Amino acid sequence: MQKNVLKNLCQLCAVTALLFSQASVWAETIHEERSKYRDITVTQVGDRRCLLFNVHRGDRNQTCMMVDDRDLLVFDYTRMSFSGMLLQPEPESILVIGLGGGSIPMTFADMFPNAKIDVVEIDEAVVRVAEEYFYYSDTDNMTVYVDDGRPFIKRAGIRGQTYDYIVLDAFSGDYIPEHMLTREFLEEVKSIMTADSVLVANTFSTSRLYDHESVTYQRAFGEFYNFKLPTSGNRMIIAQLGTLPPRGELVEESRRIAASLEKYGVPLSDYPRRLTTRVDWDMSRRELTDQYSPGNLLRDN
Amino acid sequence: MSKKQARVLPRSVIASLAFVSGFCIMTIEMLGARILSPYFGGSLSVWGSIITIFMLALSLGYLLGGRLSTKNPNAITYAMFFIGAGAFSLPVILFADPIMEPIFMAIEDPRYGSLFASIFLFFIPTSILGMISPYSVRLMVESEEHSGHMAGLLYFVSTLGSAVGTLGTSFYFVLWFEVNQILWGAVFSLVLAGVVILLSSYLKNLKSANRSATYAKKRA
Repeated sequence: MQKNVLKNLCQLCAVTALLFSQASVWAETIHEERSKYRDITVTQVGDRRCLLFNVHRGDRNQTCMMVDDRDLLVFDYTRMSFSGMLLQPEPESILVIGLGGGSIPMTFADMFPNAKIDVVEIDEAVVRVAEEYFYYSDTDNMTVYVDDGRPFIKRAGIRGQTYDYIVLDAFSGDYIPEHMLTREFLEEVKSIMTADSVLVANTFSTSRLYDHESVTYQRAFGEFYNFKLPTSGNRMIIAQLGTLPPRGELVEESRRIAASLEKYGVPLSDYPRRLTTRVDWDMSRRELTDQYSPGNLLRDN
Repeated sequence: MSKKQARVLPRSVIASLAFVSGFCIMTIEMLGARILSPYFGGSLSVWGSIITIFMLALSLGYLLGGRLSTKNPNAITYAMFFIGAGAFSLPVILFADPIMEPIFMAIEDPRYGSLFASIFLFFIPTSILGMISPYSVRLMVESEEHSGHMAGLLYFVSTLGSAVGTLGTSFYFVLWFEVNQILWGAVFSLVLAGVVILLSSYLKNLKSANRSATYAKKRA
C-alpha cells in the first residue's frame, strides 16, 4: 500500500519534471503575419522550425524542418508524397500544387536537379515565408507561381503541357478549395498526364468527405492506390491514367530506390505493403462535380 | 395636403415580392463564386470581382428603376422586371461555359478574367433586379408623409430576403442541390413573381370595375 503511494508520488514528480522541461523548450514564435487567406505563424523548438496556419483555430503544423538537417522530412504526409516514385521513379517534370514550407519541391529538386519543377501557391505571403524561414528559393529549374491551382492546370492542359509527377497538396489548410475536389478538375489533371505520369493527392481520411472524394477519384481514374499510415491522419491517393502496376512491381521498385530516399527520412520500402486498391468507402456517395461540391459542409458532418 | 392615389397592387403583395427579389439576388451572387471558380480559381479577387459587379449593377438598376417609376407606374412594367430578370439569368445556366471560355483564353490575370466574366454573366439580370426596389417604393407610396416609412419597410423586407437567400444558399442549398438546380429555382421564383403581379393586378382591376359598375347602377 505504502509502496504504491510512493510509486504514485514518484510518477507525479516525473510528470512535473517533464512538464517543466517541456516548458523550457516551449515553441518560440519567430514570425507572425496575417495574409489574405490565413494567419501564418512560424515557430521554433530547438532545431525544429514549423510553419502553422490559423493557430488560433487549432490547426496543426503545415510543415516542419530541422534547421540543422534540412534534408530530413519531418512529417509522415510529406514523406508519403514521395510514394509515387514507386510508379514513376525518374520524373523529368514535376508539378506541386501547394507550397507550404517548400519541403516537397526542395526534396524533389535535391533528388532530381535536372527535372523541371513547377510549384503553384495561391498565397504570396506563404511564398515569402517559405523563402525567408524555410530556405526555399527558385532555381533555374524550379519556379513557384502565385496562382490558383485549377486555372494553372487548365491552362497547362490547353497548352498541351504534361508532367511526369503531380503532387496535389492544397487540402491541408483550414478551408478546402472545393473547386479542386471535382470530377471536372480531375479530368483537367488527367489532361496534363501521360501514360507514365503519376498523381499523388493528399486528401482527407476522415468524415463524409472521404467517401465522396474516393467515389470521385474512382470515376475519374478507375482503380487507384489508397495509401494510409497508422501514424498519420492523411490519406494519399496514388493514380495513373492506365492500369496500375501490380504490387509485386512496387516492391521491386522500392528495393531498387529506397536507399536514395533514406537521407530524407522516407521509408520507401515500408510503403508498398501499405498501398491498397481495396474499396473501404461508401460507394453510394455522390460524386463531386462543379455542380455539386460542398466540401466544406461535408467535412463537418 | 396629401394626394391619395389608387394603389396598383396590395402592399402585402409588393412586400413579399421585394423579399423574393432580395432572396434571388443573393442566391445568384453566392453561386457566382462557384460558377467562376473552375476558370478563375477561388482566390479572394474572384469574390471581389463578383461583389463589385453586383454592386455596380444594382446601383445602376436603382437609378433606372427610380427614373422609370416617375412615368405612369404600373403593374405590367413591374411584372416585366421580374420576368426579365428571370429570362436574363438563363445564360448563367445555359451558356456559362461558352461565355467564360473565351474570357479565360484571352485574359491571363484571373482578377480581370473574373471581372469580365462577372460582367457578362451577372450585370444585366442584377441591374434589372435592382430596378425592383425603387419601383416598389413608388407603388407602395400613397402620400409624401409616409414615403420614408414605405421605403424603410421595403429595404427591411428586401434585405431580409437577401439575408435568408445568402444563408439558405451557402448553408443548405449547395448541400442539397446542384448549382443549376438552385439557379432554375431562382428563375422559376422570379417568373412566378411576375405572373403573380399580373394576376393580382388583373383581379384588382376586375374588382374596381365591378365596384364602379355597381356604383353606376345605384346612381341610375
